Amino acid sequence: MKELSLYILDIAQNSLKAGAKNIKIELDIDHSKDLLTVIVDDDGCGMEKEFLQKVFDPFTTTRKERKVGLGLSFFKELAQQCGGDAKIESKKGIGTHVEGTFKISSVDLIPIGDIPSTIISLIISDSEVEILFVIKVDEKIFKFDTVEIKKVLDGVKISEPSVLKWLREYLTENLKCVMEV
Amino acid sequence: MKSIEELEKIRRETLEKVNLRKDRNGIRITVGMATCGIAAGARPVMMAILDELGKRNITDVVVAETGCIGMCKYEPMVDVYIPGQEKVTYIKVDENKARQIVAEHVVNGHPIKEWTISNVE
Repeated sequence: MKELSLYILDIAQNSLKAGAKNIKIELDIDHSKDLLTVIVDDDGCGMEKEFLQKVFDPFTTTRKERKVGLGLSFFKELAQQCGGDAKIESKKGIGTHVEGTFKISSVDLIPIGDIPSTIISLIISDSEVEILFVIKVDEKIFKFDTVEIKKVLDGVKISEPSVLKWLREYLTENLKCVMEV
Repeated sequence: MKSIEELEKIRRETLEKVNLRKDRNGIRITVGMATCGIAAGARPVMMAILDELGKRNITDVVVAETGCIGMCKYEPMVDVYIPGQEKVTYIKVDENKARQIVAEHVVNGHPIKEWTISNVE
């Protein structure tokens, strides 16, 4: 995959499959520490300890259509290539926390990519789920919370095409503003 | 710069449109969004479908995601369900194809047979 935002979408799709009602996505870019941190946190069904130990193994999956699951193993591989690492914490019935770290200066680091499209895709995937997205770039911070959006929408569905179009533009503009150096 | 306050305007406009329309057709479009689908380019396909529906002011079509159905080499895959008709599965869809599927199949009612799974089976 060519963008971090696609890895994030993939991990968050796992959260949806796990029945999450709330997903928190956090991007933390700290230039002074040369560190990019990606966090996906959910309140899905969580994993058994036994499964958790082998979750980064590409031959581990819950899916029935095929025997390999590549998402998390790719994520870990990329993080390690970029001088960082990935870890996962999960409790059965409570939720799962995935965290990846990357050196910003690493030549192997791929672009963050189209985060707005990732968030819109998640909203389409399940408009009931609440998504909190936080991006921190050094001193600057931008927060996006579907709970807040739904309050304003007051009965109009968040999945209406006109709303999604506006949300995408809103996210794009605000992200650009935060990411500007 | 866009702010949340602007959303209120979108809400009012959308509400008017929603009141005007009746859910007459119940058309459903699904995009495969498992790891295989995402890696093959499902996300831009979904964005293109949304954009095309938006441009044409079509609001009564449901766009949704689906998981992996075990035919990863044919991803990105898009299903179009029209009530009373058989489901049509498109394979190896890209942004351009996605837009044409919306125009030809969803709007005009003519499935594009060359791009469907039945063409390879």
